Amino acid sequence: MVRFLSEYRDKDLAQGILKRIEKISKKPANFMEVCGTHTVAISKNGIRHALPENVQLISGPGCPVCVTANVDIDKMLAVLSLPDVIVTTFGDMMKVPGSYSSLSKERAKGADVRVVYSTLDAIEIAKNNPEKKVVFFGVGFETTTPTIAESIIEAKEKNIKNYSILGAHKVVPPAMKALLDLGEVDLHGFLCPGHVSMVIGSKPYEFIARDYHIPCVIAGFEPLDILESIYMLIKQVEDGRSEVEVQYKRAVKPDGNPVAVGVMNQVFEPADADWRGIGVIPGSGLKIRDEYADFDAARLFPDIEVPPTREHKGCRCGDVLRGLIFPYECALFGKVCTPTEPVGPCMVSSEGSCAAYYRYDERVKA
Amino acid sequence: MKDDRILLAHGSGGAVSHSLISDFFLKVFTDPTLKRLDDSAVLELGSDRVAFTTDSYVVKPLFFPGGDIGRLAVCGTVNDLAMSGAEPKFISVGFVIEEGLEVSELEKILKSMAEACEEAGVPVVTGDTKVVDRGSADQIFINTAGVGYIKDDIDISGSNVKDGDAILLSGSIGDHGIAVMSKREGLAFGTPVISDCAPLNGMVKAVLDSGAEVHALRDPTRGGLASTLNEFAEQSGVAITIDESKVPISEGVLGACEMLGLDPYQVANEGKLVAAVAGKDADRALEAIRANKYGKDAQIIGTAKQTDRPKVFVSTAIGTTRILDMLSGEQLPRIC
Amino acid sequence: MCLSVPGKVVEKKGLAADVDVGGTIRKISLKFVPEAKVGEYVLVHTGFAMQIVDEEEANEMMKLLKELTDGPVS
Repeated sequence: MVRFLSEYRDKDLAQGILKRIEKISKKPANFMEVCGTHTVAISKNGIRHALPENVQLISGPGCPVCVTANVDIDKMLAVLSLPDVIVTTFGDMMKVPGSYSSLSKERAKGADVRVVYSTLDAIEIAKNNPEKKVVFFGVGFETTTPTIAESIIEAKEKNIKNYSILGAHKVVPPAMKALLDLGEVDLHGFLCPGHVSMVIGSKPYEFIARDYHIPCVIAGFEPLDILESIYMLIKQVEDGRSEVEVQYKRAVKPDGNPVAVGVMNQVFEPADADWRGIGVIPGSGLKIRDEYADFDAARLFPDIEVPPTREHKGCRCGDVLRGLIFPYECALFGKVCTPTEPVGPCMVSSEGSCAAYYRYDERVKA
Repeated sequence: MKDDRILLAHGSGGAVSHSLISDFFLKVFTDPTLKRLDDSAVLELGSDRVAFTTDSYVVKPLFFPGGDIGRLAVCGTVNDLAMSGAEPKFISVGFVIEEGLEVSELEKILKSMAEACEEAGVPVVTGDTKVVDRGSADQIFINTAGVGYIKDDIDISGSNVKDGDAILLSGSIGDHGIAVMSKREGLAFGTPVISDCAPLNGMVKAVLDSGAEVHALRDPTRGGLASTLNEFAEQSGVAITIDESKVPISEGVLGACEMLGLDPYQVANEGKLVAAVAGKDADRALEAIRANKYGKDAQIIGTAKQTDRPKVFVSTAIGTTRILDMLSGEQLPRIC
Repeated sequence: MCLSVPGKVVEKKGLAADVDVGGTIRKISLKFVPEAKVGEYVLVHTGFAMQIVDEEEANEMMKLLKELTDGPVS
């Protein structure tokens, strides 16, 4: 029994919720999850195919690795061409292909690329290699950004001069708005990201319920969390309500974690960001404030040559990320594009929709 | 295989490794025995059948909770022979040593190898040593090769799994990979995770002697249980379904995997066995495994069914179904 | 990427803590939850504790789920 994990995997309770869902669900219910960790959890626990026909779970732009545009990956790879550079990154960015290459491939050619578990490890590397420039590839949503901000604050306090961030940080609520405004997918509810909400709280989603009349449930990640959240969404749909409800109460407070948000805002300010598949969404990104410019790789290395961006022919990651198609509806899925030979990031990222479907769901719709 | 350079992933034992083997090695080395890609080559020498295998060990760090590179090198090769149903008889050992390795470390490794050989009852009969200059090898790399004798009535292979077979697992998964990772990453455990590195020829003999009809045996090393089950499925043309609640995983391994974002099904084991036995003999085989000191936690974890779409399914803890894919890419480099 | 796992605070030294995640002890920063106490559970993400697990809410959730799923599906 692992505390706060095992109890949420109880078979009887899970089957009980599924029976209740089956009992009450009559109306069409297309729900989108906007968190890659949810996509994987749903697939890994076989939830997708255990729901009644009228309930469809659609994966959205929830994987921060997948929504990083090629141009941002290409910029990070271009940094490697500078002398005396160590690139540090979280593991999940290693294999993601940019226009021409990936961090993993560059490491195989001899580039100094190191995987770290925490930004604090990256600072250690900077301390231990004072003659090198240590650049951290900043990718992530609001769960991760406070930790990156904290690393910059600590680097400044400890007078570490050779540490910087190449940032591609994004925030989730503006992307949800952009998707709704695109109006491409008939959505009846959002499964909201539990750990992003742990930081930002439940208030940032209120506009979705209020202005777009779409139900929202902030969901945890264990099987019972997800099943209970789907049940709550269905209940809203059947009752004709549209509210923001918190299922993941043990971690999400209405105001989130103000300390973490404060740290994030101390270092970052809103900016526009380029989302793969969607394009530039105003105010959906974060950039480092002037006060911390010394830690902004974009400003420290303004003249690096980045080759022209190109997208891979036939790759439909963008359509998958917008919820327009299921992964198996992409012509390349499972044939040309597999986890061993990926064409786009959705297949290579550990939280990509295509990888999750390929690994855990049937390769074709059952 | 699209890469023009070898990546770490090519050594992980999962799907990427397989593509290296099928796209390159098998195109050059065309012997039909090699093509079977079993743990050992089963060969005819006169009127006898012999199993022949080789493995190289590059584990980092050299010493980890529950074992070291020396013990690994002996057990790994002994086990590969045993998984073909062979009685391991002799092993060879080749060392590539980096200039500067402390003699005391070498001594510890050799002592460990001798102990493992003693336990398995398999002597080192020939060997070779090379020393390379500092920087050209990481402390020490070891290759072992082994031969074993296969009795006439044995027919064990990954391509022999039959419709209705029971799938047995001899104990908890993920211990070796997590033990090595924990030493490498400096993780501290409340209850330490210990590598399961062990010689399994005794366990295999017990299962075969029990009279159970054994069709396939494999030890789930690199790529973990997921790779082994997928290999069985593909080689034999069966669909294997396992019950997640029957697969033993220790709390320490579960916790470390959650923390590191690893999948315990894809983590290496060095002292576990997966067996496909005729359904009717499942309990008999289970009893034989459990009687062995390394098989106390053995379970019947699933069944195999004839199919034209080979795959591995997991019946999850919450009563739903999903597929179990082979490891793709590098999850844990230099784990054995 | 949003992988946050629950762990028990075993020892606290200022803003640094030893947190037991299912048997693994890791050094975790309490910068974002300085009020976390030894014995409490926190959610850990890339080396930082991001929130304290509200045990009361956790118990309430299990209670509600049991009520929801108990009894016949009428």
